[in-house]
Amino acid sequence: MKRIEAVNDFVVKFANVNGSGSASANELFAKSFLRMGIPVSPRNIFPSNIQGLPTWYEVRVTESGYLGRRGGCDLMVAMNPQTWAQDVKEIDPGGYLFYDNTKPLPQSKFRDDIHVIGMPLTEIANANYADARERQLFKNIIYVGALAGMMGIEPEVIAELVGEQYKGKEKLLKPNLNAFHMGLNWAKEHLKDALGLKVRRADSVGDKIFIEGNAAAALGCVYGGATVCAWYPITPSSSLAEAFQRYCSKLRVDPVTGKNKFAIVQAEDELASIGIVTGAGWNGARAFTATSGPGISLMTEFIGLAYFAEIPVTLIDVQRGGPSTGMPTRTQQSDILACAYASHGDTKHVLLFPEDPHECFEFAATCLDLADRLQTPVFLMTDLDIGMNQRLCSPLVWDDERRYDRGKVMSAEMLEEGKEFGRYLDVDGDGIPYRTYPGTHPTKGAYFTRGTSKNPYAIYSEAGADYVYNMQRLLEKHETAKTLVPKPQLIPAKQPARFGAIFYGSTSPAMHEALDALAWQGIFVNALRVRAFPFQDEINDFVHSHTKVFVIEQNRDAQLKTLLVNEAGINPASLISILHYDGTPITARFITKEIAEIVSALNIRPIKRDKAA
Amino acid sequence: MTYILKPRLHHPTLPKNKLGFTRRDYEGKVSTLCAGCGHDSISAALIEAMWELAIEPHRVAKLSGIGCSSKTPDYFLGNSHGFNTVHGRMPSVLTGANLANRDLIYLGVSGDGDSASIGIGQFAHVMRRGVNMTYILENNGVYGLTKGQFSATADRGSKAKKGAVNQDSAIDTVSLALIMGATYVARSFSGDKKQLTPLIKAAIAHEGAAFIDVISPCVAFNNHPGSTKSYDYVREHNEAVNRLDFWPSREAITVDYSEGGVIEVPQHDGSIVRLRKLDSDYDPTDRINAITHIAQASAKGEVLTGLLYVAPDAEDLHAHLNTYEMAFNKLEEKDLCPGAGMLEKINAGLR
Ligand SMILES: Cc1ncc(C[n+]2csc(CCOP(=O)(O)OP(=O)(O)O)c2C)c(N)n1
Ligand code: SF4
Ligand SMILES: [Mg+2]
Repeated sequence: MKRIEAVNDFVVKFANVNGSGSASANELFAKSFLRMGIPVSPRNIFPSNIQGLPTWYEVRVTESGYLGRRGGCDLMVAMNPQTWAQDVKEIDPGGYLFYDNTKPLPQSKFRDDIHVIGMPLTEIANANYADARERQLFKNIIYVGALAGMMGIEPEVIAELVGEQYKGKEKLLKPNLNAFHMGLNWAKEHLKDALGLKVRRADSVGDKIFIEGNAAAALGCVYGGATVCAWYPITPSSSLAEAFQRYCSKLRVDPVTGKNKFAIVQAEDELASIGIVTGAGWNGARAFTATSGPGISLMTEFIGLAYFAEIPVTLIDVQRGGPSTGMPTRTQQSDILACAYASHGDTKHVLLFPEDPHECFEFAATCLDLADRLQTPVFLMTDLDIGMNQRLCSPLVWDDERRYDRGKVMSAEMLEEGKEFGRYLDVDGDGIPYRTYPGTHPTKGAYFTRGTSKNPYAIYSEAGADYVYNMQRLLEKHETAKTLVPKPQLIPAKQPARFGAIFYGSTSPAMHEALDALAWQGIFVNALRVRAFPFQDEINDFVHSHTKVFVIEQNRDAQLKTLLVNEAGINPASLISILHYDGTPITARFITKEIAEIVSALNIRPIKRDKAA
Repeated sequence: MTYILKPRLHHPTLPKNKLGFTRRDYEGKVSTLCAGCGHDSISAALIEAMWELAIEPHRVAKLSGIGCSSKTPDYFLGNSHGFNTVHGRMPSVLTGANLANRDLIYLGVSGDGDSASIGIGQFAHVMRRGVNMTYILENNGVYGLTKGQFSATADRGSKAKKGAVNQDSAIDTVSLALIMGATYVARSFSGDKKQLTPLIKAAIAHEGAAFIDVISPCVAFNNHPGSTKSYDYVREHNEAVNRLDFWPSREAITVDYSEGGVIEVPQHDGSIVRLRKLDSDYDPTDRINAITHIAQASAKGEVLTGLLYVAPDAEDLHAHLNTYEMAFNKLEEKDLCPGAGMLEKINAGLR
């Protein structure tokens, strides 16, 4: 029988029961690779309930640093009887099944093209612990020990991690370490050479950090100066607001008075969240909300008001798969159009597409600056894959010289000096007017904020000319936005390429890996990572300099492509969509296969044309 | 709706308040509401209250929803910032504005459609949160701006102008505000400036969620026989529980009322709300009693007006959230940004 043999390059999948305490054991397993200098990319696959339903944790061990989902499974740690059949089926031929063999299972439950590794986990746990909860929790640590023993994870590394986790809680430290060694020793004794997946210390992690995108974005909001956060719980964005709360209580409490330099309101719904954020932005505080697709739908009326009334608002959309429950705990990039054109009337909004937690941090702070500078709603478009999984990425950076860009705010002094104030007047030719904060000056600079019916001085007007002036100015402002948003990043092929590929957001790691794989097959593709909307001219130029450009997206309707055609005037005939939308993160295998097939089809010259020539 | 340009009111003597402002300084644009609309009288009472309190006009932020009532903030306090938000959602915008700068006075203006129909959720929650504000609901029982449809405060059995009879039961906004946790709740009538002005003054002094439901007849769509929000109906059925005097500071009090009929409620800022009780068993600091009283009066077909409830120990949202004293919109990098050194430490903890 074939036997998968691999060093530092494999996929392990844990099948657990939600709420069984497996999460921290699995994380311990994943982190141990990092400490040995080997990149890992773990992903939670979880249902939308708290206890009892199946949950999976997939760890890709990848010395080459390919952090996208690989697909396939080399080792299944099957700890959930409920999903047994499905889990066994998923293992690649020649792969491994690790399971608890305390109770014997009939032969029919297995496959004959995989290697089965049994260990009496329950028996060991029951023999060593009396308490039911302890038996469950330590069983998890015992299997981590066994895996470490079989793979060759250095026990010192685990000891170090456990030590950090239970620092100051010595009572918990020892029993955890004991459980780990119990597993390790049992495996060394009974499971020698059972597993062909091995670990060898490497040097591919460097100074990288391991963090969830939601936490990084929350920290970006702290660094970017957000003081007001209003939100309504929704997966996969809730942990962002919760992280903001956590970081603020550490970093934003005044040491002298003990008072908070932040206000977080868990609102009654998304209508109220966006309303609170709009009110705070109107009044000069930096404010943001975090939500997902259904929340954006509810917020759209306010988004239109903020667009027309020109109020800074930062929205973080951690995208998921559509309405209701179920797919919502799966990832997608399917709110692009909903956000780009959110609301009634002629509106278009600024969107930023971070590729990983590092950019979630950076772009969150950028969004707060852009919202103030452009006086408009700005969207940070992340997704579940980036948001709710720990991802290895470059360290977060902040320059202490950096100043918040508060945009064009007219102060009492400026008004006093007699500077002309027209709230909706374009004075600099960039479409951006000055604003005043309420309460600035006793007699100058007050204005009445409303939607569309106004002249450049914010006086009520239903005159067509005033409306057109304003709408044209908003377009001008959109042009200005192009010069301010993050530029696209070019990933040039190693050889001259006829084909291009445009991608964005969480597709990034899978795309990089696919580009390497394609190049290995002799298919060279220049790639451009779009990082924001409105689109800069570079994107146009990129499309024009290639015969065909693939647009890789994680949605059904080719939403970014639609936006490229609509807003950058790109000929749809020059774009070919590669779409992945089953709720799992896109893989390099998928992208490679799709592109390779299309390229080979395009390369076959039609016979007819040959004859005609 | 008519758009007759009305002349500015000329006050013959133009008396000045403590700050040297005349009432003129508290006015806004000329109203475009129908002549005789109750909402204009409420604007006049607001101007009077602000002038008497000698509030600096620009220190007030006016927020409203959508409706004829919600248009009125353009017609007073022309030197204040105003925000005509979206229909029914003023409370959330006011909440955010208040969080951004706790130093201003927040005035919310809404209609019955705005607050009791589309916005009932936000109405309830803003009271629960105790946002420090004065929330005026200009209650005419109809949608004025969309031309006369029933609103959710229209009484069951009341007749629309075109003859339709309302079959749904009415939402009583003062009871709702009380249940939701508002700490100052009053009701008045747009035609009773004497009662309304001190109620507004005391509401502004109150540090918490202050709510005043003002019955405000719509002359265009709800001032006919059969309407329970008409001038005639309210005048006939108005039952005041108390008369209110408002004293801006403790020192100013001169006691010249008979003891038994007077109740004093001190406010945070040292000011005093002094009530002359018309109804001998009415205690406005007793919330449960207030709820019962309103229900009893309503059963008798009376419109209970006056200060219905005030909690002297009210707390506001900033207290609940333990927020910093300085307005958030004044905080800078040095106050808000933990800096690169701290980020290094955070990075180190993520390896
Ligand atoms: C989302 C939305 N739906 C409907 C409307 C239309 N609309 C404008 S004002 C109004 C009713 C206003 O009634 P009320 O709050 O009682 O104010 P009034 O005009 O009676 O003072 C409606 C339904 C709107 N502006 N927005
Ligand atoms: S509420 Fe009625 S009376 Fe007042 S302006 Fe509107 S339509 Fe006219
Ligand atoms: Mg009304």
